[in-house]
Amino acid sequence: MTDLVWEVFRQDRRGAPFEHAGSVVAPDAEFAESWAREQYGRRGESVALWLVPRDALHVVDDWADEFDLKYRRVDGYSIKARLKEARERAGTAGSR
Amino acid sequence: MNEQELLGLADDELILGWRDSEWTGIAPMLEEDVAFSSIAQNEIGHARAVYELLSDDADALAFDRSLDEYRCAPFVELKLLDWAHAIARRWLYEAADEIRISALKETLPLAAKIDREETYHRLHAEMWHERLRDAPQFRDAVQMLWPYALGMLPPSQREALSARVGLPLVDAVERDAHTDGLAEILDEMTMVRRSAPAGAQW
Amino acid sequence: MRSEQEFLEYVQAGGQVETRDWMPDEYRAKLIKFIEMHGNSELMGVLPEREWILRAPTLQRKLALTAKVQDEVGHAQLIYRVVEDLGKPRQQCLADLVDGKAKFHNVFHYPTKTWGDVGVIAWLVDAAAIISQKALLKCSYAPYARIMKKICWEESFHILHGRDVILAMVTGTPAQFELVQEALNRWWGPLMQFHGNPIPADEDPMVTWRIKSQANEDARQQFLEGYVPQILELGLTIPDPNLRKNDDGVWEYTEPDWDELKHVVTGHGPRTAERLAFRRHFLEQEQWVRDVVLAA
Repeated sequence: MTDLVWEVFRQDRRGAPFEHAGSVVAPDAEFAESWAREQYGRRGESVALWLVPRDALHVVDDWADEFDLKYRRVDGYSIKARLKEARERAGTAGSR
Repeated sequence: MNEQELLGLADDELILGWRDSEWTGIAPMLEEDVAFSSIAQNEIGHARAVYELLSDDADALAFDRSLDEYRCAPFVELKLLDWAHAIARRWLYEAADEIRISALKETLPLAAKIDREETYHRLHAEMWHERLRDAPQFRDAVQMLWPYALGMLPPSQREALSARVGLPLVDAVERDAHTDGLAEILDEMTMVRRSAPAGAQW
Repeated sequence: MRSEQEFLEYVQAGGQVETRDWMPDEYRAKLIKFIEMHGNSELMGVLPEREWILRAPTLQRKLALTAKVQDEVGHAQLIYRVVEDLGKPRQQCLADLVDGKAKFHNVFHYPTKTWGDVGVIAWLVDAAAIISQKALLKCSYAPYARIMKKICWEESFHILHGRDVILAMVTGTPAQFELVQEALNRWWGPLMQFHGNPIPADEDPMVTWRIKSQANEDARQQFLEGYVPQILELGLTIPDPNLRKNDDGVWEYTEPDWDELKHVVTGHGPRTAERLAFRRHFLEQEQWVRDVVLAA
């Protein structure tokens, strides 16, 4: 039965990202469209849909971060202490 | 199209919408249940829009006439609570309705609006027809309903319908007499409304 | 993560679980049962309301009620999809339902007798349901939490529709007012039972696994707090002489009959057999359609 599942991605309004909204069980794209139109659009809540057979999805859900390379992330930087010191040196510490 | 014929169109949509809404909750698959219900709602919406052209009180037209004042075709009155017949009726109805509506589009802006919405109904009906055309239940249902479908259109438009669906012309079940189906529908349809005096708000 | 203890700590800390994640067998089993009951309830809820679609007294009410019931079927579709992805096929769920092997909420085992019921169900039963559904937005199982968002959004329309139906009648003729009062009298008992018997949160495995995040009694209190004033301000009376808010702000009421609740949800309600038979009839009648359409 898995070959009959179609994932539905919907767009809220023009310019918005397509977001996963659910899935329908349908034998082909025509039925999937007919059914997804109503399940995800009967209140005019979607301006567009992407329908993708579940089998066509290539899922990626594991990552290696063995060496914890923090410089690539926002939490890899602690700016506060050094900024305070820089301001004190420049004499601008009290003026903010 | 004169007023009586417009009323016929509206009454067809109203009664078919009623019949189609009977499938809410019991269609063969849940996805179809949702889609089919939208079609039923659209039909009732079309009926309402036409009634509003003809009267200030669409509800009065929809509910308060006597049986012989309704102009719907026997085709839409039939109670068809099995899928083969219900979907066969949808398919035949949309084919006939397209012919009827196309003829109206020039003179009635509302017809163009209805036609645009019906595009999706037609796609839906065609989709089902493609899948079920070889199933004996569906073929039998089409055979049984064909004379009724013909009777939905005036004789001048029946040739076109015959060509569209690929079925030979036969004697039609005409619009001249209502079936027991209509009496049954009207009874149920007006049951709550009749329980309060005319003009009561709901 | 491969140990039940680790998993428990993870969900209790607010961790979210996806379909492909490892999960303890007990978690999966409880999840399926809970979600399946929800799906069954949406589907069975259609039947009492369906009759009134055909009898709606205006075109507007007919359309609104059809749309409401359509939403419920749509919810069933969303919910059964979640169950299917957890490992139980939809057709198996439906077969168990019509064979009386699965449960659904008490309220859908009762008859609907008048247009007053239509208003009371759409307004108050849906209100009780939406309280539980909002709490489920935080369910540890993410696919279920995600569909709850759409469900809650659509339920908000239902409550508006229900309230509008009620308001039209309570400001209409005395007979129409009576229809509402009479329906309320019949539905109050099932409404009070709806959220289930009070189980302390720390004794409820559904809360332990963070499938539910709200204890039954809290949901009931929330319902009373929100809706008793709204009911009373319309001039309606609530058929429980013991119903009152005490000095601590807690609602007191006549203890519902929990045995009756258990009896009903295990398939012995006044309309259970008839409705299951109705469902079974259409399920069997239309099997050939599914065979033709869904044949790969």
